[in-house]
Amino acid sequence: MAERVLMKGNEAIAEAAIAAGCRHFFGYPITPQTEVAAYMSKRMPKIGGVYLQGESEVASINMVLGAGAAGVRVMTSTSSPGISLMSEGISYIAGSDVPCLIVNVQRGGPGLGGIQPSQSDYCQATKATGHGDFHMLVFAPSTVQEMVDLVAGAFDLGDKYRMPAMVLSDGMLGQMMEPVALPEPMEVDNDSKPWAACGHQNKREHNVINSLYINPQELEDLVRQRYEKYEKIKETEQRAEEYLVDDAEIVIVAFGASSRVSRSAIDKARKEGIKVGLIRPITLWPFPEKVIWKHTAHTKVFLSVEMNMGQMVDDIKLACRCAKPVEFYGRTGGVIPTPKEVYDEIIRLNGGVQ
Amino acid sequence: MSDLNILLAGFGGQGILFTGKVIAYAGMMEGKEVSWLPSYGPEMRGGTANCSVCLSDTIIGSPLVTTPDVLIAMNLPSLEKFENEVVPGGLIIVDSSIITKKVERDDVKVVYIDASNIAENNGFKGAANMVILGRMFKETGFCSAENLDKGLQKSIPPKKAALIDNNRKAIALGIES
Repeated sequence: MAERVLMKGNEAIAEAAIAAGCRHFFGYPITPQTEVAAYMSKRMPKIGGVYLQGESEVASINMVLGAGAAGVRVMTSTSSPGISLMSEGISYIAGSDVPCLIVNVQRGGPGLGGIQPSQSDYCQATKATGHGDFHMLVFAPSTVQEMVDLVAGAFDLGDKYRMPAMVLSDGMLGQMMEPVALPEPMEVDNDSKPWAACGHQNKREHNVINSLYINPQELEDLVRQRYEKYEKIKETEQRAEEYLVDDAEIVIVAFGASSRVSRSAIDKARKEGIKVGLIRPITLWPFPEKVIWKHTAHTKVFLSVEMNMGQMVDDIKLACRCAKPVEFYGRTGGVIPTPKEVYDEIIRLNGGVQ
Repeated sequence: MSDLNILLAGFGGQGILFTGKVIAYAGMMEGKEVSWLPSYGPEMRGGTANCSVCLSDTIIGSPLVTTPDVLIAMNLPSLEKFENEVVPGGLIIVDSSIITKKVERDDVKVVYIDASNIAENNGFKGAANMVILGRMFKETGFCSAENLDKGLQKSIPPKKAALIDNNRKAIALGIES
């Protein structure tokens, strides 16, 4: 394994994208994401890549659409308000079946909100990043190392299924440093995309990348095809980590930063003999409903711990088929919950202090 | 040594984040799991900066230090804000060149070090943070002397390698204090 270095999450994800063969970055600065763009602006010119700061998020995401349509590995990064601005372009990308990587280093909202860490774009990322019937692959790392490890897979799956992939980070993971081992650079074969509009010197039929379909039946057929693909992805690509969950009566479901806080609380509660564990979704779409259902029988109560107002609760209810109660504890607006707060919630659910 | 949660706080420009980075790198060299989490945004521009560093033998859960084992306070607002959050039996290191107030608690160990003056009088103006780091190393033994030095070297980019020696000397002043 490569020597471990201390890196900020924002810088590590940029370096990991480069290692995964990404040579095209388009973006616009916004706290707490700016280090991704700053890092790319330094590195890309040195390795023959393209770094371009658009005049806005709207421009940047359309540049991503263009580069993705040409078949190259391309990414952008922004923070919450920037995703709202990009949502039109993301819908066009999904409607054009173009793969790309979008990083959201979330901050508090709505509106300009604040600049401190948040997870309040969960619903936006998993359900409605733009208009129309579509989904993105959504990955939720919880450590700097995992941010690195998920990037190559996000590019690969995006290419495989021809769809946008998002890494849903937050201000805490983006700004913190942890030891990280960077992957070896991988070779990417951009010629492996026969659909790409990348020039062909009249040697084949020209490819069209488009999201406009005036004929309703044609559009319905295309959307239905896409949803068949989504069903296949739901079947095969769900990912989650299980921590001390096999004998758990209280099961916390938490992703990203809040899963780390929850893990600390669980360790403390376990020392007192409380049977509590963690299911940590790594893919938020597809939501890891299988692992939640697998553990529903022995679970007395689920506790969703989030840095928002409970956006994931309904997904847990659906995944456990409402067979068990789903409680919620969260902080929002940029406030990070403390392990003590989550521990107190575990104690409450365990029937109070014994 | 078991787990150690450290909170460093002071004015922007005192080298709070850098000191945290040296500790984190030294801990990493020691074979620990480590995390470093800075405050970011407007509060660090001319205001207070703080930095959470966790050193652990196991996977680090929350990297945000809310109840530190060690508090390093380099200005008065930081001491007042975090003094009562330190765990009983914990350690507070105060730069007494800057903070004249005394810690009111009697259930923690308090070290007052004239760090800014020590640094300046020895020709290392601005290196109070390294003097304090030396003292914190002496008080906690969070890593070996060799790994502390490696942590320092790792934290300074190659282009600025000339700065290593002065930082090293400032750390030594803290250890001797």
